[in-house]
Amino acid sequence: MRSRWAVGVVVVLAVSLLASGMAGGQARTLRIGFVSTLSGGGAALGQDVLDAFQLAVRHLGGRLGGLPVEVLTADDQLNPDVARAAVERFLRRDRVDLVTGIIFSNVLLAVGDLVFSSGVFYISPNAGPSEYAGEQCNLHFLNVAWQNDNMHEAMGHYATLKNYETAFILAPNYPAGRDALAGFKRFYKGRVVSEVYTRLGQLDYSAEIAQIRAARPRAVYAFYPGAMGVNFIKQYAEAGLMQQVQLLVPGFSADADVIRAVGKPMVGVFNSSHWALELFNPINRRFVEDFRRSYGRVPTLYAAQGYDTALAIDHGLRAVAGDLGRKADFRKAILSGFDSTRGRVRFSKNGYPIQDYYLRQVVELPNGEIVNRLRGTIFRNHADAYVEKCRLP
Amino acid sequence: MPVSLVLEQLLNGLQFGLMLFLLSAGLTLVLGMMDVVNLAQGSLYMLGAYFAATLAAASGSFWAGLAGAVLATALVALLLEVSVLRRVYGADHLTQVLATFALILVFNEAVRAIWGPQALLLSVPPELARPVTILPGLSYSAYRLTVIGAGVVLAVGMFLFIHRTRVGMWVRAGASNRRMAQAMGVPIRRVFTGVFVTGAALSAVAGALLGPIFAVQVGMGEDVLILAFVAIVIGGIGSVKGSLVGSLLVGVVDTAGRAFLPSVFGLLFAPEVASNLGPTVASVLIYLLMAVVLFVRPQGLFPVHG
Repeated sequence: MRSRWAVGVVVVLAVSLLASGMAGGQARTLRIGFVSTLSGGGAALGQDVLDAFQLAVRHLGGRLGGLPVEVLTADDQLNPDVARAAVERFLRRDRVDLVTGIIFSNVLLAVGDLVFSSGVFYISPNAGPSEYAGEQCNLHFLNVAWQNDNMHEAMGHYATLKNYETAFILAPNYPAGRDALAGFKRFYKGRVVSEVYTRLGQLDYSAEIAQIRAARPRAVYAFYPGAMGVNFIKQYAEAGLMQQVQLLVPGFSADADVIRAVGKPMVGVFNSSHWALELFNPINRRFVEDFRRSYGRVPTLYAAQGYDTALAIDHGLRAVAGDLGRKADFRKAILSGFDSTRGRVRFSKNGYPIQDYYLRQVVELPNGEIVNRLRGTIFRNHADAYVEKCRLP
Repeated sequence: MPVSLVLEQLLNGLQFGLMLFLLSAGLTLVLGMMDVVNLAQGSLYMLGAYFAATLAAASGSFWAGLAGAVLATALVALLLEVSVLRRVYGADHLTQVLATFALILVFNEAVRAIWGPQALLLSVPPELARPVTILPGLSYSAYRLTVIGAGVVLAVGMFLFIHRTRVGMWVRAGASNRRMAQAMGVPIRRVFTGVFVTGAALSAVAGALLGPIFAVQVGMGEDVLILAFVAIVIGGIGSVKGSLVGSLLVGVVDTAGRAFLPSVFGLLFAPEVASNLGPTVASVLIYLLMAVVLFVRPQGLFPVHG
């Protein structure tokens, strides 16, 4: 008995020695601080980004740019203070090499300086505030998805093409909400009859819906991500407005997460997106299939962005052979373009994409499944409106 | 301004105010009778919504979910009263606030552990998911009308119970002077347990009915708890009538503020200023209302204690 114990101890010691010896010879681990909204009304968004990010890491053999990856996660609860504390912990205690994951622009704007001033890159999978696109653009900031205004510019352009003379526009009262309506108005040539900002996280839209009914616009444009979008669209339909006033939304409010929750009333809704389920390229097909298989749900545009974030990091790190100290080279490699779920994506000097924006429509398939279908292209090679003010080379 | 718009906003305010009343009625009686600040009332509201969503999904019927949620929440409240609240009756307010605040954290984490961090889906029953035409040119969600109806029925029922029955008389006696009532032979302890459990059941009704309008998620209780406290402070602590008036005031003022303030500011200021100022002022409007009421009548609108 005793000898068996002894043998066991020796084996364990030997294995651990061997393992540590191997680790010593290996390249170091890439630590990624992933702070995102993982509870409350925005939880579905953060979870999609995180799940897809990890799927991409698995697809790349557990490595990004040849380095083994460790992803540390934290929930920001859509609260800038909570996010600051989490990011500070990532930077000071865990000494992460990269930060990513944030969904909401108000959260990002609260932690951006903290990350940049530590000399750490923040690669944004979602939040794309106008602040970081113009004068405050930063060497350490890249957004692989879009600038906040872009999706809404696309819908503004579409509303102009469709000749909707009057529009009632709404968004939550936070930086991305203001960017959204600024973007819509930049390309909408009709008359905005009312521009309403609601509290971020508001869930009862009865007061706003009554205003819409009284204003009798030709179209309503509403930017409401996550649970806000679910509630707004449900209540819009329950109030009987779906048949009376054309509802236009950005892709955020019409993706798989909202469709799952709202169901049939969504059929027919037009929306804009930089990505679509059926985009035909090998990366997207593998992503969509494996995401469905791994997580048992249809991926959203948020998921595609999470997947692309990992691909972008991988692409940048390969160019610098895993050395994040070569900041300018890392940035340049990503800016010059990487292959994503949307095909090849290039960037402006401010770190925001130049890409196509599509029109999608929610349709019901013969088998009863409700999906968002690609209908056409609204913009080709579209960049953001703030890049001129960015003084980076 | 069209009359139908004003009318629709009034209905919206009424609907929200009545639901707030279901929450604040229990709160005000517990505070008035036993002098207990029960911050966990919001957690009972949250539990009601979670039970309703779970049971509705399991049974396929919203109404079965609602009934089950009321029973389950009442049971939890009974256990809570016996195990925790009884121990803090005599204690000072700080101890009570600490204890019941701890309960909020415990309930939130328990719900997160059991149901997960993502919001649950509770849908409007299909037969009510459509608009009804009330007046020519004014159609309104059938579900919200039902919620208003349920709120009115419960408010009238509670009024009759408190003002027309013997137990109701005990409740009123306990709220206005506990020691005297006890000396006169009112079984305060048992009455209180009953009041606490009934209050919890009403909160569960509010949680289940508001579930489809808001979202069933962790932390939903805290948002509405603050408003319920504002309502009972405006109405006068311990008074059910006061909590009804306070809740309706909060509901109507909040809705009207969101609906009309931005356009009022639009007339006074430049568009950029108005679009920033409107939502901001609207969100603090009910606190302004509370401040004004407290300034004019420090005891609230319907004071109970002499």
